[in-house]
Amino acid sequence: MFDTQHIAASEEVLVKVEGLGKKFCKDLKTGLWYGVKDLVSGVRGSTQGSELRSKEFWAVKDVSFELRRGECLGLIGHNGAGKSTLLKILNGLINPDEGKVTIKGRVGALIELGAGFNPILSGRENIYNNGAVLGFSRHEIDEKLNAIIEFAELEEFIDMPVQHYSSGMKVRLGFAVAAQMEPDVLIIDEVLAVGDLGFILKCFKAIDTVLPNTAVIFVSHSMPMISRICNQIILLSKGKTEFQGENVSKGIDLYYNSFLTNEDSDVVFTDNSLELISATLENAKSDNGIYKINWGDTINLKCTIKNVNLNKTPFLSFAIYDKEQRSIAEIIPLKQITKEIEHNTEIEFLIEIKNINLSKGVYNITFSASETLSKNIFYKVHKAITFQVNHDLQIWNPYLIDSELKYVN
Amino acid sequence: MALETRIYQKQRTLKIGTLLKASLQDMYQSRFLARQLAKRDITAQYRQSYLGIVWALITPIATAFVWIFLNSSGTIKLSDTGIPYPVYAFSGTLIWSVVVASINSPIQNTNAAKGILSKINFPKEALIVSGIYKLLFDSSIKVLLLVLFVFFYGVGFHWSLLLFPVAILGAILFGTTLGLFVTPMGLLYKDIGKIITFGMQFLMYVTPVVYAIPKSGMMQSIMTWNPITPIVLTARDLAVGLSPEYLTYFLVVLAVCVPLLFIGLVIYRISIPIIVERLSA
Repeated sequence: MFDTQHIAASEEVLVKVEGLGKKFCKDLKTGLWYGVKDLVSGVRGSTQGSELRSKEFWAVKDVSFELRRGECLGLIGHNGAGKSTLLKILNGLINPDEGKVTIKGRVGALIELGAGFNPILSGRENIYNNGAVLGFSRHEIDEKLNAIIEFAELEEFIDMPVQHYSSGMKVRLGFAVAAQMEPDVLIIDEVLAVGDLGFILKCFKAIDTVLPNTAVIFVSHSMPMISRICNQIILLSKGKTEFQGENVSKGIDLYYNSFLTNEDSDVVFTDNSLELISATLENAKSDNGIYKINWGDTINLKCTIKNVNLNKTPFLSFAIYDKEQRSIAEIIPLKQITKEIEHNTEIEFLIEIKNINLSKGVYNITFSASETLSKNIFYKVHKAITFQVNHDLQIWNPYLIDSELKYVN
Repeated sequence: MALETRIYQKQRTLKIGTLLKASLQDMYQSRFLARQLAKRDITAQYRQSYLGIVWALITPIATAFVWIFLNSSGTIKLSDTGIPYPVYAFSGTLIWSVVVASINSPIQNTNAAKGILSKINFPKEALIVSGIYKLLFDSSIKVLLLVLFVFFYGVGFHWSLLLFPVAILGAILFGTTLGLFVTPMGLLYKDIGKIITFGMQFLMYVTPVVYAIPKSGMMQSIMTWNPITPIVLTARDLAVGLSPEYLTYFLVVLAVCVPLLFIGLVIYRISIPIIVERLSA
């Protein structure tokens, strides 16, 4: 544009969002009535203030960013934070109440896969329907038909009515059509969450190939995916930007931290023979109940239990869960001895956990006590301890294995 | 290559010319989409039905039969229509059904596309055009059926019969224009659709569909002024070879419809984002 044409294509701002705001109404009837008023004022072209009317709230407020070719912006936030509303504005489905969006080039949206499908018609016919909705011409679809069918891996079922497809097959067909778009700006919303692993990998491969030539806006609740493909991040909270920048891992940390308010431990099983009184990390600092440790640290875990009616010491084991509640590791301490104990006394255990190689992130430890390993469980509590591992690197796998180069030959 | 630039912001200025131009451009660019959508709906409709087109014809045929029966059995006494009554009644109800279908078309098509409207940005004008394609398909079968009747009842061939499809196009133009105007409100409130269905039943009785305009009285003036009257009468006159009495009024109605259709398209274009917002909020 203007005098900047000589600058490399990657410097060209494709998406420019300035002070974007959108209000929604909490009440349906009132909302419809405002709709009528908006219709009238829209048709008359009158200027209307952007103050809130009664029962309205800002679904998106004061959001600004710029995105160039080759950049990928991750949009994260809780449900209802305004991510999808923002995407709808960017996609031109609804008009903003405040601010301005300037988008250059062909916009592709992976918001709904398989739009325009009719269940009665065959997969082949629906490729044309979906393709037409996405803006392809007949000629383009004719040309790409084979590539689409091949990508969707549906050669065998392509002439079967789509209503008999499994949901995964429909998504595959939808993505296969959408993957033929050659957009300058690509908007992706959660659609990749469905489908089997092989297909998700294929989708990522397709996205990776377009990434260098495209400005991508990616909405997801899957932080590993965000950290894998994004180089900018916006954390939305109640419609407002809470964090924005190129430090993707910081944004992800903030997102995770926003869930930490309800980190109360959670007894999931007890036969009332013992009770966990406290669990602490001896050699780590705690901040708001979260222990901060560094990658590779060795930690000392101290548990105090109250014995109600056990005669011998229980066998302790632990499990580590990540922020998405995936079980990622077991801790089964060695050298556990069985000792006679008295009823209604408190007993302390100290366990050394060596070289924590977990990658950067927040983790929970589940405490369980049983008679022996995997037999006759007495007591189990989730989130007995929450800790955060610090490291410079943000990776999306749970482990960062300690390694170093020994020689180059 | 220069990239197309889109700007989304709160609409502050309104230039009908620009909007109309954009609307017509989108309409042209989305011609494949419009055809594809029409093809999709028509194929799907027939693939899951044995009687198919019969359902589009059943209402006008049944209505006509009721009136033919009432008339022939002497239950009611209708003034002379100048042509065999069955032809009069059939032609009336068939043309009427085209008008009604055209009025309902924009709202129905937009409503059916609600799901994709709130997810994907595509030229919305394609919905209107695909509606017109579907109307043309249904109407052409109705026209054939009527031609069959005209010959069956011995009215015979007149050169004006060749102009009959043009009159039907007029009916579609009129109906679509009217339908476009009620679509924005109709999408927000279900009441509008009900009012149309309900109102059209009554409107039929102040239009010369199954009986001629009386020679005098209040009914005469209502029926004479009713803008659907010239459409029904002109179409019928052309089909049976009478000289079309209401031709001037018919042409006036169509001439008024053209600019109104353009205004309707502009309103439609402005209102879709507002409606999508309310539907998906």
